[in-house]
Amino acid sequence: MSMFAHAPARLCRAPENFLNPEEIRRVQSGRRDFLRAAFATAGAATAGAAAAQAQGERVILEPQAHATSLGQPVAATGYGMPSKHERNLMRRESPGLTRVAAASVSFSPLQGMFGIITASGLHFERHHQGWHDLDPSQHRLMINGANQSLLKRPSVFTIDDLLRMPPVSRMHFIECGANTGMEWGNVAVPTVQYTHGMLSCSEFTGVRLRDVLDYCGADYKKGRFVLAEGGDGSGLTRTIPMELVESGEVLLAYGMNGEMLRPENGYPLRLVVPGVQGVSWVKWLRRIEVGDEPYGAREEVMHYVDLMPDGKHRQYTSIQECKSVITSPSGGQTLLDRGTYNISGLAWSGRGKIRRVDLSLDGGRNWKPATLQTPVLSKCLTRFNLPWTWNGEPAILQSRATDDTGYVQPHMRQLRAVRGAKSIYHNNAIQSWQIAPGGEVSNVQV
Amino acid sequence: MSRSSSLSDLGIVGCKSTAVVQFSPPSCPIAGLWGGECGKNWPRWGRFSLSTPQVRQAASFLAILLAALLCLNAQAQSPGKPTWQGLGRAATAAEVKAWDIDVRADFKGLPQGSGSVAKGQDVWEAKCASCHGVFGESNEVFTPIIGGTTRKDLQTGRVASLSTGSEAQRTTMMKLSTLSSLWDYINRAMPWNNPRTLTVEEVYAVTAYILNLAEVLPGDFTLSDRNIGEVQAMLPNRDGKSSRHGMWLPTGKPDVKNVACMRNCGPDVKVASSLPDHARGSHGNLADQTRNLGAIRGQATAATATAGAPASEFATVREITGKAACLGCHGIDRKIVGPGFNEVLAKYKGNDKAENYLADKIRNGGQGVWGSVPMPPTTMLGDAEASLLARWILKGAPQ
Repeated sequence: MSMFAHAPARLCRAPENFLNPEEIRRVQSGRRDFLRAAFATAGAATAGAAAAQAQGERVILEPQAHATSLGQPVAATGYGMPSKHERNLMRRESPGLTRVAAASVSFSPLQGMFGIITASGLHFERHHQGWHDLDPSQHRLMINGANQSLLKRPSVFTIDDLLRMPPVSRMHFIECGANTGMEWGNVAVPTVQYTHGMLSCSEFTGVRLRDVLDYCGADYKKGRFVLAEGGDGSGLTRTIPMELVESGEVLLAYGMNGEMLRPENGYPLRLVVPGVQGVSWVKWLRRIEVGDEPYGAREEVMHYVDLMPDGKHRQYTSIQECKSVITSPSGGQTLLDRGTYNISGLAWSGRGKIRRVDLSLDGGRNWKPATLQTPVLSKCLTRFNLPWTWNGEPAILQSRATDDTGYVQPHMRQLRAVRGAKSIYHNNAIQSWQIAPGGEVSNVQV
Repeated sequence: MSRSSSLSDLGIVGCKSTAVVQFSPPSCPIAGLWGGECGKNWPRWGRFSLSTPQVRQAASFLAILLAALLCLNAQAQSPGKPTWQGLGRAATAAEVKAWDIDVRADFKGLPQGSGSVAKGQDVWEAKCASCHGVFGESNEVFTPIIGGTTRKDLQTGRVASLSTGSEAQRTTMMKLSTLSSLWDYINRAMPWNNPRTLTVEEVYAVTAYILNLAEVLPGDFTLSDRNIGEVQAMLPNRDGKSSRHGMWLPTGKPDVKNVACMRNCGPDVKVASSLPDHARGSHGNLADQTRNLGAIRGQATAATATAGAPASEFATVREITGKAACLGCHGIDRKIVGPGFNEVLAKYKGNDKAENYLADKIRNGGQGVWGSVPMPPTTMLGDAEASLLARWILKGAPQ
């Protein structure tokens, strides 16, 4: 009998990294008998005595190098870096998705993240014309009107000016409108990093755009739109409805997770438009124009348009509707053995707060509620968890989020019935992860 | 802190922070006196800590007096909404002109000028074709600009292939509904690696040339601010857009309505789509993409990736082709400016001297074998890189 089979509810922890790829394949193929030998070898090779094994673990019984020597001094690295053991978790491109890396996407490794805040170095990237590290002292924000009647005082602000205004800090998710876009027709990519990794969440700090528009004398009656424009080579522009600005939620943000924005995320200034797709969160923001019509920018006419079955393109689809995904276990991973696991994932809605998340283990036939981890904030990622004992049987894991408007995350078939399979953007369907008897998790659609 | 109803009546709201006098009557648009996160709506009214009615009355009087004075002062400085003293400055007309370059769907913001199809062709071949292909059809660097539209679409204003699904990929011309978007984008962001270097005439000209390639405009046409509205009315997909959906504002009505069923829901579960085995390694070794800790690990897929084709030998090919911009002119499976790699393979397959011959052609360039367009020498590549590319092409250019 395998040593793992004795207690389904309790997983025996393995010595870290003791399985090589070949051995993992053998586990997956159902052959676990060699594991006992692997354990014995791992213990014997270093402990050197069966007696020590009987008494307990070497890492406890024997003093370890880090406990018997002097560590590194303070400020050894002026800006701290993750442990060298965490190198697997990196932003990555999806091969074949784009052809040039300066007009491309890198995906966040959701499979390895905890809580709701994305480490700034792992924030997903989407650049249309590469990124720059701008000199903040030379950066300017211009506020103007499409005509003189829409804004009384066209103005120029420095970053210094913005830093002197009263700030707000708020936690919000940002999701690219094309997140999960590769999966509209069929399964296309193996892991949650590539299916859902154009998603990040940060605490943003900045000034409310509404306050600045007030200050400059915007005419809210006639000026029902603003145009946001980036200062990089793409000069990216998007139209933002004035309703969102008036809500006080739209920020001119310079801070992210307690420090200034990272260059890849728009240093020194980006727009934060909570609940709206990432393309509207214009980076390296240089200009806001108050207007009386939508602008029909390139990213509103030629891209970020949703092709409908009747051949028409929907323009100005902006809100990221309620969505969730299980991040662990997820596609491309393997459960090393039966026993206790924590199913964990993320839920979010561009319309408000997450009210509940339900999980299914049988592909959507039966559901039970997951526990929401606090905080649960509006237009912010919400972490959910559910303890689970895997008994080695096949399963299909799904999560289904409901937001505080009552909207329930839809099935893929429901979305396809309305939007077809070629709209690329705004795929918020329920995600399925199939678990094989060997523990292998894979991306499927049911 | 105590709250005073009379002050509240004046619009003065209590705050949790230290009490300071800070107020203005509702009609007065001054600011400069900020109270942090005191109230949700602009302007923020003040904070007060008082106890007796007499003091409150006196304070109210003082408040109104002070507010009146401040109002006068503020209005003398600048009328309108609240001001942060000394923050920001007026934008000059020249500054606004320099940055306010957006062109709206109704062509508001379009500069006066014109450009001909013929001029556009010159600009195109010099600055655009290397990425987009001579005929705007290239799919090697960006998605194609031209293709998928018909003469009939020009009449209907709807691109038929969008609803029939006859085109595998959408081109720019299939999507373009407002000509301003194209003009604005070329003007602000093209050429891709050297934006905002085109003159107004060149932008008109390139726009005209693209429309000529798409068979919207004749070869002798000159596009200008005066006739661009008429050209707008000729776009093949001018009517192929809609903004009738519930995804513009958070209050919009969603497309679908799922219900949170909990027991015996939906149809029987069948797996309708899964990743084919041969694609398991498409994203590298997944074992290296999950934390090596705990009972959930990444699957080892590298072996799958290298099975069959000798992928590891050609691991650097993408970097090399990027460095030399090979794919701007050569398609993997078709001709662009130069021959497709499949054509090169077909010509030299089985020739044992082909590798050296092709490596020499890659390094030193050539002309005449595949037509009159010369291939420039690739001085940025070393001998080993050129040889590797030759081997790669002769192995069928595996991706």
